Amino acid sequence: MTAPQMAPRTATSTSTPGATWTPDQPLIRIRDVHKAFGPTIVLGGITFDVMKGEVICLIGPSGAGKSTLLRCVNALVPIDRGSILVENQEVNDPKLDKLALRRKVGMVFQQYNLFPHRTALENIMMAPIHVLKRERRGVEALARALMRKVRLEGKEDFYPGELSGGQQQRVAIARSLAMQPDVMLFDEVTAALDPETVKEVLVTIRELVEEGMTCMIVTHEMGFAREVANQIYFTDRGVVVEHGPPAEFFTNSRDPRIRQFLSQIL
Amino acid sequence: MRIARSQTFPVLKPFRLAAPPSLRHFQLNAHHGALLAIALCLAIGIGDAQAGPAAPSILATLLKWTPLLAKGFALDVAMSFIAMGIGTVAGVVVGLALISLHAPVRGLAWVVTQIFRNAPWLVLLFYCMLLMPFELHVGGLTIPLPDWLKATFGLALPVMANVAELVRGAVRSIPFGQWEASEALAFTRMQTLRMVILPQCIKRMTPPWMNLYAILVAAMPLTSIVGVSDSMTLTGDILAAEGRNELLVPMYLYLLMWFFAYCYPIALATKALEQRFQVR
Repeated sequence: MTAPQMAPRTATSTSTPGATWTPDQPLIRIRDVHKAFGPTIVLGGITFDVMKGEVICLIGPSGAGKSTLLRCVNALVPIDRGSILVENQEVNDPKLDKLALRRKVGMVFQQYNLFPHRTALENIMMAPIHVLKRERRGVEALARALMRKVRLEGKEDFYPGELSGGQQQRVAIARSLAMQPDVMLFDEVTAALDPETVKEVLVTIRELVEEGMTCMIVTHEMGFAREVANQIYFTDRGVVVEHGPPAEFFTNSRDPRIRQFLSQIL
Repeated sequence: MRIARSQTFPVLKPFRLAAPPSLRHFQLNAHHGALLAIALCLAIGIGDAQAGPAAPSILATLLKWTPLLAKGFALDVAMSFIAMGIGTVAGVVVGLALISLHAPVRGLAWVVTQIFRNAPWLVLLFYCMLLMPFELHVGGLTIPLPDWLKATFGLALPVMANVAELVRGAVRSIPFGQWEASEALAFTRMQTLRMVILPQCIKRMTPPWMNLYAILVAAMPLTSIVGVSDSMTLTGDILAAEGRNELLVPMYLYLLMWFFAYCYPIALATKALEQRFQVR
């Protein structure tokens, strides 16, 4: 986008690191990613692509490395081996401009992680003002629009502690969207919520998906995954056991681990 | 229908909710004040009973010397303010160095903190009195360093080390998710500290910081040992001037009352703040 010397926009489906990214290439290209925390292998060779506009749901038992994989994509967690390209930018590179990467990749956490000393609106405005150096007035208009979008009009001046879990999570989504990312990572965003508020957060995510936002979603909400995902990836012990479009995955998968997992959760 | 198993409610990610750092060894309350008042009244009564018939009453003597005592106490307060100010500014710097990503910086800050936090205050005071010159020459300018100022520096050192520990503890007590979220929003480490972490720390640090101040005030009479004319020294001078044995106990209790009257509101405010911050 900002590369001074544009590579010729020839449509090559195999992406080469460093080249300018074009929409026909995978937005995220994950190749043989390994990660261990001490003796514990968390990721044992994960490979897949996420195309622009695609929605990927990662499911699997706890401790399967799903959340770690998301954290690797925006370089919160460094990987040991392998390659992750985000719009052709190599994440596994000591010279990586992490800030540039994170401007493209939004992330929403299980624990919301809103800044408790700032109001909802300020939470949304902080990053665009201080990171993107945007002008305050424009950012405020954007933040108010985002509050409307996540259906929290009127809660702009509330502190996170005064909002319910579902409302906080929607503010967190708006905060991430304010950076206008190209891809959103959702890390079990409904896991800490009570059942009634889960729905309002899922509705917000579904609207994003309908607008064409590229998403990687770690979730335990199988109904939701089935509905929004283009691809389901089932991971267990750091590897992808099986993947496919939801219709196929939920009905045809024969792997005993998946059958067992699904029978537990459905 | 089967009841959803553990996967529907995954275990929360580990996050710390450590208690805010505390320096409390002892907290003043109204009982202490009442006890002190009773003891003072008793001492005055006993002193009057011991005194000869011609001697002026103990109460009148105390009141007579009150303006001088107030002057000494004002010096105590002034020194405590300056020591707290210097100690806090330096302590924040050292505290940030304690959480630096550079190991040498962290190590140096750790050594400084340990030395000044664990050394007896009186030893630090003596070091400052004896090692600092009585005047500084900066260019053609001569800046005198009176005893009270040197003593103030001496007391600022342990304050610095304690504040550094407070800063470090407060930063560590902020949930890790706050760092993660800031990082994911492309904040730099300095931006995260300045805009996210430290503002939350101030709230957590205020009560123990005020407590530290109360401890510092209680330590001010140490300066009398190294020859500063604070309220403690003046009390001794007054007693020498009066030369009356029966005045000894009431006089020191009276001075104690001054310290109580100054520290008690601080203790009350600290407690109130602590309670208010716990509710949130």
